[in-house]
Amino acid sequence: MLSVQSVDYSYGPVKALREVSLTVGPGEIVSLLGANGAGKTTLLSVISGLLAPARGQVLLGGQVLSGRKTSLVVEAGLVQVPEGRQVFGPLSVEENLQLGAYCRRGRQHRQQVSRDFEQVYHLFPPLARRRRQPAGTLSGGEQQMVAMGRALMAAPKVLLLDEPSLGLAPLVTREIFDIIKKLPEQGCSVLLVEQNALGALSVAHRGYVLTNGSIRFSGSAAEILGDRQLREAFLGPERFEGSTGNKP
Amino acid sequence: MSGWEQLSQYVMSGLTTGSIYALAALGFCLIYNATHIVNFAQGDFISLGGLMMYTLLGAAGLPALLALPLAVAVVAGLGVMLEALAIRRAKSRDLTVLIFITVAASALFRGVFKEIWGKQALAVPPLSPDVPLRFLGATLTPQNLWILAITLAAIAVLIYFFNHTLTGRAVRAVAINPKAAALMGIDTRRMVRLSFALAGGLGALAGAIITPITTASYHVGVMMGLKGFAAAVLGGYGNFLGAIVGGLTLGLLESLGAGALSSAYKDVIAFVVLLLVLFIRPRGLLGRGEEARV
Repeated sequence: MLSVQSVDYSYGPVKALREVSLTVGPGEIVSLLGANGAGKTTLLSVISGLLAPARGQVLLGGQVLSGRKTSLVVEAGLVQVPEGRQVFGPLSVEENLQLGAYCRRGRQHRQQVSRDFEQVYHLFPPLARRRRQPAGTLSGGEQQMVAMGRALMAAPKVLLLDEPSLGLAPLVTREIFDIIKKLPEQGCSVLLVEQNALGALSVAHRGYVLTNGSIRFSGSAAEILGDRQLREAFLGPERFEGSTGNKP
Repeated sequence: MSGWEQLSQYVMSGLTTGSIYALAALGFCLIYNATHIVNFAQGDFISLGGLMMYTLLGAAGLPALLALPLAVAVVAGLGVMLEALAIRRAKSRDLTVLIFITVAASALFRGVFKEIWGKQALAVPPLSPDVPLRFLGATLTPQNLWILAITLAAIAVLIYFFNHTLTGRAVRAVAINPKAAALMGIDTRRMVRLSFALAGGLGALAGAIITPITTASYHVGVMMGLKGFAAAVLGGYGNFLGAIVGGLTLGLLESLGAGALSSAYKDVIAFVVLLLVLFIRPRGLLGRGEEARV
């Protein structure tokens, strides 16, 4: 489905990504792990079309998306939920969700979009109660739900989640991860970028470990969790499932 | 004339000029919200609006119903050109550089207008025949009422556009968080271009309705543009409601100040009050400062 092939990216002389390849299959949740500064967010920006790779390409269902406008990438079905949620604070929850469906603004989508509104409110019950409230006045967990709901309104085939647990309390983090687990049933694969590695691996099928801009390891969630060296070097022995995953 | 009638007269004339300042201030806000630059060519949009009306109504003899939308469309096009040919193509993304590009564009526009329309003041026919009316003790021309009505209509259209249409919300989303908007598939460049078109259209509207009173010339909008800028600052820069309140307040202050003291001091009074307000509330009357970080 999503296929990233040998992508390179540099910020001036600094190589941020080197020969990065990964795939996300239909119905899969794939976790991308790595320390702060490993290049995770850069990789997501390349996948979303915010940055053009120096080399390599990004494909979705065989269609080349790298180097194309973000609006086309979104229309193709690749949607990112950015780090730090980035909801449109002064706009209501409903307006935020409506903007998520911006790529489906044609008349022919109207029925499906209104069905998807109900679907999102079903998936995130707190949002249904706060439809008319400005999104900026919601709690961190609820804002994360707005950000995810907004992205789901674009009817993505693959959802890219950048640090969804960032700054959230353990209980709320659990709630968000539980919802992520349900996404494949909705026909949406997930690429989950997390510093909270144990939390991410508890919902992911597979994972990649990114260090200094290269994929160092890939395997099933159990394999990564079972590798003592990986645990200590990249995931950190002090991290436990449901920890807040705050950046230092 | 009784005191009441005089007061009424000053208020009506203050609201008339205030409407023009409000329209200009809205233009400044639109472009600021989309790009964070101050567009010093906003005043030239006003000038061109008036000059187009002079040509279309007077020389070409078109009916006002046709001339007004045509003038608005031409200036909206100039706004889009300013963005596409100068702002977008600038090598630098430094805001100071971009603001200076608008200063340069303003000088260029004035030069071109002077070449085409000359230096003299040009009489623009009013939208309907000039029969003085009495209203709440004030003597008004129909043009005063046109200005108030058209300004109100423009504000109503903007409110509808920004609160009830998807494109309007997309423009707001780009202003709030351009990166998140791009990630939703919103074409941010298109929204910026649309903001310039709207700012041009609002400027044209202001120029088209005020020049039957002031006459049109190649630089008639410059001072009005500056007052519009002051009004936007007074209301809280970037805040739409603030722009309207700021514009009307500034217009009323000028008019009442001129009445109470002398019309020689009208600009001074307005700007002194502006300074006082900014000493007490640096964010302006309705400014909320930075949008809450989320």
